[in-house]
Amino acid sequence: MQLSSPAQAPARRAQRPLAYPDRPKAPQEVLDRGKATYGVSCAFCHGSDAAGGEVGPNLLRSSVVLQDKSGELIAPIVHGARADKGMPRLELTETQITDVASWLHSLKVASRTDPNENNIDIVRGDAKSGEAYFQKTCSSCHSATGDLKGFAASMPSPKTLQQTWLLPGGSGGRGGFAAAQSSGVHIPPTTVTVTLPTGEKIDGVMTRIDDFFVGLTQTDGTTRGFSRMGDVPKVELHDPLAAHRELLRRYTDKDIHDVTAYLVTLK
Amino acid sequence: MTRRLIFFLAALFGLTSGLALSQSLDPGRILKPAPDSWPTYSGDYSGRRYSSLDSINHATVKNLSLAFVSRLQAGPQSPAGAPPTIVAGEGTAEFNTPASIKGSILQVDGVLYIATPDNAWALDAHDGHEIWHYYWKTKGGTHIGNRGMAMWKNWVYMETPDNYLICLDAKTGKEKWHKEIASFDEQYFSTMAPIVVGDHLLVGTGDDLDEPGLLQSYDPETGDVQWKFYTVPMKAGDPGLDTWLNLDAASHGGGNVWVPGSYDPETHLYIFGTGNPSAAYTSQKRGPGANLYTCSIVAVNVDTGKMVWYYQNSPHDTHDYDSAQTPILIDGMFKGKMRKLVLNGARNGYYFTLDRLTGEHLVTGKMSKTVNWAADTYDKNGAPVRIPEKDFDLAGALVSPANQGITNWMPPAYSPDTGFMYVPTTDSYAMYYLTTTDPRGSMGLGGKDEQSLGSMGSYLTAIDYKTGKIAWQHRYSGISNYGVQPGLLTTAGKLLFAGDPGGNLVAYDVANGNPLWHSRIGVSNAPETYLLDGHQYILVGAGDSVYAFRLN
Repeated sequence: MQLSSPAQAPARRAQRPLAYPDRPKAPQEVLDRGKATYGVSCAFCHGSDAAGGEVGPNLLRSSVVLQDKSGELIAPIVHGARADKGMPRLELTETQITDVASWLHSLKVASRTDPNENNIDIVRGDAKSGEAYFQKTCSSCHSATGDLKGFAASMPSPKTLQQTWLLPGGSGGRGGFAAAQSSGVHIPPTTVTVTLPTGEKIDGVMTRIDDFFVGLTQTDGTTRGFSRMGDVPKVELHDPLAAHRELLRRYTDKDIHDVTAYLVTLK
Repeated sequence: MTRRLIFFLAALFGLTSGLALSQSLDPGRILKPAPDSWPTYSGDYSGRRYSSLDSINHATVKNLSLAFVSRLQAGPQSPAGAPPTIVAGEGTAEFNTPASIKGSILQVDGVLYIATPDNAWALDAHDGHEIWHYYWKTKGGTHIGNRGMAMWKNWVYMETPDNYLICLDAKTGKEKWHKEIASFDEQYFSTMAPIVVGDHLLVGTGDDLDEPGLLQSYDPETGDVQWKFYTVPMKAGDPGLDTWLNLDAASHGGGNVWVPGSYDPETHLYIFGTGNPSAAYTSQKRGPGANLYTCSIVAVNVDTGKMVWYYQNSPHDTHDYDSAQTPILIDGMFKGKMRKLVLNGARNGYYFTLDRLTGEHLVTGKMSKTVNWAADTYDKNGAPVRIPEKDFDLAGALVSPANQGITNWMPPAYSPDTGFMYVPTTDSYAMYYLTTTDPRGSMGLGGKDEQSLGSMGSYLTAIDYKTGKIAWQHRYSGISNYGVQPGLLTTAGKLLFAGDPGGNLVAYDVANGNPLWHSRIGVSNAPETYLLDGHQYILVGAGDSVYAFRLN
């Protein structure tokens, strides 16, 4: 897959036409007839959803089906053109084939799927092991009866919960911008101390940083910006999530699953 | 030396053509491009993105300043004062994609040729004013980017998201012909910069469904197909078929060709990278094998369209880590001998040195501190060994890198002055979830969810091709400095030009990555350089704008 750049915001893309529009649907009675014929004559090999079976290939991604308009490319194959490759000749009429084609063309053909379509429960770890891991690794900063009291109740889903405890604020923003705040959790911001050549120190919440600039907001709301040239001025970042980031190198997937199984109990 | 004298000498040696605007490119000129042009995707066929120009150097770069900026307006309307837009196309849709320059800009005989999805422009390279603008009304397709144009004699070429190859008159922008190069119904989309090699016009395409990848050669005069090379087996008996479950899996196995490769004139080998196998994540219907020739560096003879060698750097990929990155061709010392080499920094986080004549594997290295999808022992071919538990999990698997990879389409570079290859890299993590319970898996990119855990750092990474080890890394400032670094350029001025994650165009010391000059313009492609009227220019795209810098 090719990479989209962050400059293409999803919101802006959504206003465009679909990249690959669905085909116009045939009348319902045609689709019903086509589905019935497919069920009797084709599903045994190609799967009831046309996405492939034990012996028959996936028809949704088939060049023939994708390029077919109304059965004209499918008909010769139904009538034996690929008998030598294992596709038996079927006694279907032209109308039946057109119906089947119409039904096939009504099926969604997409290279992506809805991540939540099967509503899979991701909580599969061992809560007891997770609690032990938590006590050993996390309890120097967090407490189930303190800052994490009711943590699970504030999370819309276990997946969000897992993502949040792994790295609150998710991806941490782009280009050095401060992490986005996610609802229900207080995420302390990255702060910065800038020490000028005069020795003056300026502290604040970091708003932007690259190799040539650092921006911050002071406690009184004043925004400040400083050009950077190498180590001048001196810039020290304070990352409240540094321990979370460091732990990403150390977790096993079992650790993660166990801790999640424990944290979902903190209702 | 005075500027006038430089100009005189340049004219004497044929380095400037501003006096005689021919706007034509004999394909032989690309074999030994003069520094007064940028006639093909990488500037030359080697993929090094190294220029012999040195008037912009450590001593002078502080005086680098703006020559012009030109803002491009995509779509059928022409801005006030510009020539009327030429509107064409097979479709009726208008995606209204704002111009965003993510590919190479050609510069030939004082004219710049630029493409973004559905749009092509010619600008005068002296002051950036528009000469013509061509707009293509589309049928649709994935409008993700365009990597630039190609030029052959009096004609320029572009690909469109709905899979047309378009031939335009370089002087006027008027269309000569357009040809369909892949099926829109099969959900192909085309972004690659076509590559001219002699009388071959090489084009590639993308596809996120399960359709097979291919490289095609067209006659640049007529637009007729010369040959097609599929990157996956398409019929019984094709080589590599035993690495797939069956022919249906192989011929729906992806391996798309969507980033330009490099070319070795001595052997007539076009050497390029192939994309991920498909289905990308749920691989069970591909069979347990390596899934050749996906995620590989492939060498094809341009005269015959036949594969001469391949090297697969991600056997049986399961993370959509395309190996499409442009390979770099150099002649370099290796174990005491001069060798013809290929250098390749892959999206999967690993670095490879290969022999250019045979594909023999010489070196594997790691470009990242976080990569965890593979074991740190290599197989008998030197390729990383995938850890199946890190494919995905119903409860989530913590994987580095995230889908975008340690690197991606962004052009790398090489400097013969340092012997280092330079790659823009990001150490990222994500949780990968299996989201389907269907034992058949899903099509395309389906069946998984990915939740980003951001980056541990973005780097300008210098690699020693002799060892595969990181020579040095410049870590960009910030905690989680995730941002696109859109590509690199090295010069004989001992400089490395790059866009950084903060949007700065930066000139670094090529030896150590120390920044020497910068301008925050929001860089979106790899910088380029050429000589025009005696001046060395630095040309770069920044979203919808073209910026030209020179010493003033």
